[in-house]
Amino acid sequence: MAVTSSGTAIVTLPTDTQILITREFNAPKHLVYKAWTTPELIKRWWTGDRGEATVVEVDLRVGGTWRYVMVANEGFEVAFHGEYREIVPNERLVTTEVYEAVPDDFAVNTLTFAEEDGRTTITLLVEHSSKQARDMHVDSGMEGGLQEALDKLEQLAVSLG
Amino acid sequence: MARAATTADAFNAVAEPRRRQILDVLAGGEHSVNDLVGRLDLAQPLVSKHLRVLREVGLVDVRDEGRQRIYRLNGRSLKPIHDWVKTFERSWERRFAEMDVVLEELKEKEEGDGGDE
Repeated sequence: MAVTSSGTAIVTLPTDTQILITREFNAPKHLVYKAWTTPELIKRWWTGDRGEATVVEVDLRVGGTWRYVMVANEGFEVAFHGEYREIVPNERLVTTEVYEAVPDDFAVNTLTFAEEDGRTTITLLVEHSSKQARDMHVDSGMEGGLQEALDKLEQLAVSLG
Repeated sequence: MARAATTADAFNAVAEPRRRQILDVLAGGEHSVNDLVGRLDLAQPLVSKHLRVLREVGLVDVRDEGRQRIYRLNGRSLKPIHDWVKTFERSWERRFAEMDVVLEELKEKEEGDGGDE
């Protein structure tokens, strides 16, 4: 049976300190919310193909904390943690996020879920404290992209060898 | 002239919210200065100042039409910024692609459980 395809991620930079990420999923919002907030499910998607999630802790209540740790394919570890500020199940989550390599700085993430005809659009607004911090965050994708390119190059080199 | 500086300058140029507003308007087509002043509700000297910055880094081009100066967006100069965001976008899309798999499983499981529907 053909599965209706999902959308693709769209990233924009509405202001100097913000990142806005939207994506449509072919699933109702209670399931998208579940995938976003259940540790054993988060472990399966959060790293993409960039590594393995070794720690996913979720204390889903206002004032509760979360912490995710990934060991990247290249062997280094990256860790993030934060606090839940607002929780409206299946509708809205507001959390803080600290990248543990830059512990003095934090971003505020506002995630909303909107369902139409069984499909859910999530909107994730990331608000940083400065343009510099925002730009570093966007740069982190660049590192991933670069790493991906290098991996492909290495595969190519191996196949040619 | 140092070509290498252009990319960094373009990043700086779009960092200013009013200049981004101007680019947004020009993304819809070319406009004269007066046109832009009307659409943006900004003072003419301010609009001219921002246009000068945008022109210096190559984000907009200008041509004369009679006594009017007509500005348009130079899409090619926005490419480095576009690429920068696109790479970040792809890193999220890799996560979301994994999430699609999880969601298909959750849907199947729910359909299996909901036998009384």
